[in-house]
Amino acid sequence: MKLTILTAIIGFALLVIIFELMRRRQLREKYALLWGAVAIVVVPLALFPRLLDAVASVVGVASGVSLVLFLGLVFLLILSLHLSWEVSALEEETRTLAEEIALLRTEIRERADSDQR
Amino acid sequence: MINGRRVLIVIPAWNEEACIADVVREVRGELPGVGVLVVDDGSTDHTAAIAGEAGATVARLPYNLGVGGAMRLGYRYGYEHGYDVVVKVDADGQHDPRYVPKLVDALDEADFIIGARFAGEGDYTVKGPRKWAMRMLSIVLSRLGRTNLTDTTSGFVAANRRTIELLAQWYPVEYLGDTIEVLVRLMRNGYKVRQVPVTMRARQAGIPSHSPIKSTIYLGRAFFILALSMVRR
Repeated sequence: MKLTILTAIIGFALLVIIFELMRRRQLREKYALLWGAVAIVVVPLALFPRLLDAVASVVGVASGVSLVLFLGLVFLLILSLHLSWEVSALEEETRTLAEEIALLRTEIRERADSDQR
Repeated sequence: MINGRRVLIVIPAWNEEACIADVVREVRGELPGVGVLVVDDGSTDHTAAIAGEAGATVARLPYNLGVGGAMRLGYRYGYEHGYDVVVKVDADGQHDPRYVPKLVDALDEADFIIGARFAGEGDYTVKGPRKWAMRMLSIVLSRLGRTNLTDTTSGFVAANRRTIELLAQWYPVEYLGDTIEVLVRLMRNGYKVRQVPVTMRARQAGIPSHSPIKSTIYLGRAFFILALSMVRR
């Protein structure tokens, strides 16, 4: 029973943090939706860890808790892959901006120089 | 102007205050009438100011992007200012500007020219994994380009207007990507790549690495980038 209390507290804390971040507009909507869905899945599981036992036996996993652990790992892997992809795209964008700024500053200096003459 | 073509020399430089002035002056002395653009890749020393005093146009990146970022900026500048040819020259003084007219002339027959060591001129030698990497690249890229290329990682290259247009939009930022991937992309899209033999000089500053571990990593990266660029869209 003790474990259930622990997982329930963590589940609710997660829900509160996600909600608070969304409320303060610190999370982009696409992530907010993702994490909102995660919270909705996590909280019932935290209260009733045996909830997935039936599903687990269907796919051949010994207990529901193991299934949750496995799915959690898969989810985190996909998520970190997605974040790497996201970071690559952002780097490309900042690179383009940096080049654009350098070009503009060069242009401005050239114009200023030719005005002086 | 070289042979009626507007030529821009692009010199990517990162913390090169020791030799950038000499390189710029030499280029301007040997090649009067060409544009000289130094791309300062986020240097923390006085590279930009010194290059400007030596008479180059300086484009200054707000932070270090690597050679790829600096070169795409160079090609974009060349494209927007209507240059017919962009020649890349290294800031460490190893590329002799007297070869530039030779590279530019060779563009009559091709879209992209590599100034190549090992092609009969000069006495540049490498050993070990680095040599194998260069050998592998030469064989694969020569076959892909249906020509004989002996020095595919040379940084002394010239591009015509058509190639400038492509490289101004697309230029890989990773190390080695900027040489190997560019060649593969150009060849796969039907651009004609040829080489011209050149002699390279000892660098004025900095020393090339000869550690076996670094050479092995170099071989691995070269292979990886080559394989990747072959399957990329």
